[in-house]
Amino acid sequence: MSASATRPWKVPSVLPGFGLALGLTLVSLSIIVLIPLAALAIKAASAGWADIIAIATSARTLAALRLSFGAAFVAGLVNGVFGLLLAWVLVRYDFPGRRLLDAAIDLPFALPTAVAGIALTAIWAPNGWLGAIAAQYGVKVAYTPLGIAIALVFVGLPFVVRSVQPVLEEASREVEEASLLLGASHFRTTLSVILPGVLPALVTGATLAFARAIGEYGSVIFIAGNVPMVSEIAPLLIVIKLEQFDYAGAAVVGMLMLLASFGLLVIINGLQAWTRRRLGNV
Amino acid sequence: MSDALSTEFIGRQKAWLRPAHLTRFALIALGLAFLSFFLFLPLAAVFAEAARRGFPAYLAALSEPDATSAIKLTLFVAAIAVPINIVTGVAAAWAVARFRFFGRNLLVSLIDLPFSVSPVIAGLIYVLLFGAQGYFGPYLRSHGIQIIFAVPGIVLATIFVTFPFVARELIPHMESLGSAEEEAALTLGASPWKMFWTVSVPNVKWSLLYGVLLCNARAMGEFGAVAVVSGKIRGMTTTMPLHVEILYNEYNGPAAFAVASLLAALSLVTLGLKTLLEWRYADSLAARRKH
Repeated sequence: MSASATRPWKVPSVLPGFGLALGLTLVSLSIIVLIPLAALAIKAASAGWADIIAIATSARTLAALRLSFGAAFVAGLVNGVFGLLLAWVLVRYDFPGRRLLDAAIDLPFALPTAVAGIALTAIWAPNGWLGAIAAQYGVKVAYTPLGIAIALVFVGLPFVVRSVQPVLEEASREVEEASLLLGASHFRTTLSVILPGVLPALVTGATLAFARAIGEYGSVIFIAGNVPMVSEIAPLLIVIKLEQFDYAGAAVVGMLMLLASFGLLVIINGLQAWTRRRLGNV
Repeated sequence: MSDALSTEFIGRQKAWLRPAHLTRFALIALGLAFLSFFLFLPLAAVFAEAARRGFPAYLAALSEPDATSAIKLTLFVAAIAVPINIVTGVAAAWAVARFRFFGRNLLVSLIDLPFSVSPVIAGLIYVLLFGAQGYFGPYLRSHGIQIIFAVPGIVLATIFVTFPFVARELIPHMESLGSAEEEAALTLGASPWKMFWTVSVPNVKWSLLYGVLLCNARAMGEFGAVAVVSGKIRGMTTTMPLHVEILYNEYNGPAAFAVASLLAALSLVTLGLKTLLEWRYADSLAARRKH
């Protein structure tokens, strides 16, 4: 009784340790996450409106943001297509090595980004395994935006597969069977029965991959070439501004990216609610 | 008779459901080709490039002083960051999964926040606080404390990027278990600590291990956040991923890939253990997969 009187914001419980656990969480969260992020917002704001707009709309910042968002979007699309295909193959087909393949999907989560970066560069450089073949056809991959997109496909791949997989596993086969029984072709059934069911999860996964790709640094900088205005991603621009001790400039670009991340987070939460509603209806 | 009919019916249904073998083959082949290009080839490249100059050169690249100090620093940073994240992760999971309070959903979102922040921003925020021109820079300098371009900054940035791992594995598992066993332990007279160590922790030990595994892999492999705060002083503030970058930028490819192969091996071990946990303890970890 007294507990609920002193803490009107908490449902009473017989379990111990609430104060200690919440206190520890809030203190560590504040020190590690909240206060430093607040410092970013304060630093960015302290630049003043005129400077903020000047930094945000400078040609170099705009080029970097355009490249980061553009390459991330392309990578998100590629991951959407192949992530759906891989999820389908892993859920619906049984073949030797399927479980191993399933485990390998998480490799981009486990492999340090710098390792992925130099490995992808070694492959796609003009003298690399695949880069040499591409060069024969006059295509330059490493040190161009195309190389950046390839690195971003690598880091984003698990998001789509892991979002779509559980939905495909739980999708009701009966609706599919009904569609086939009613005479629809496999193609038609895939297009108008299966796809609408997995669409929310697919969009969620692709958006997660997109969000991750915008901020990605380690796997990209080796393959990117890092030419200002051409192949310089937004996170690299922050690093360069920091190296020039332009703290305010770095904070403004950082704040722009953080706001974009928050916007995407809100969208992702909405998409996940959509997924749950869609699954609830089926 | 109706049994026979329905059996035949189900059999025909299954035959219809099974896509043509050609489609199946084409889709599997396409998926494999995609994974080969984007996953397996890069992984193979790491080990192939590392082995290019033979085993003695490989060992030499790993045993030179800058490499060994990078390995030591990486282990040291993980040895601080991972335990801190275990304590805060368990505390956060206990508060969130066992109690209902105002702002609980907001707290969960805030715990997950570091996952949606660019690693570079994770480094940037500490430079803004503790850097030479940062908010606490002058105070720290006058007291002879260095955080940025030193080990404390690397530890802080690593804790930031690995902050959500433990809590996000524990919360769904603890919620699915419920608190009945813990309440029973209390009713039977166990002290809160005894209940915690004999009921709560053993119940979630596999998801805790799972979270720690992922947390450790990220802590040892983090690049972007650490690159921003480290200053990259050779042999002093270079972790293994940073050492890889330095060697690579010096056109010392074989040595860079030799160190990278250690990190790649670590990620393969992590992936193997993680998969083993998923296969063996699917029930305990199920809450996570369904999430």
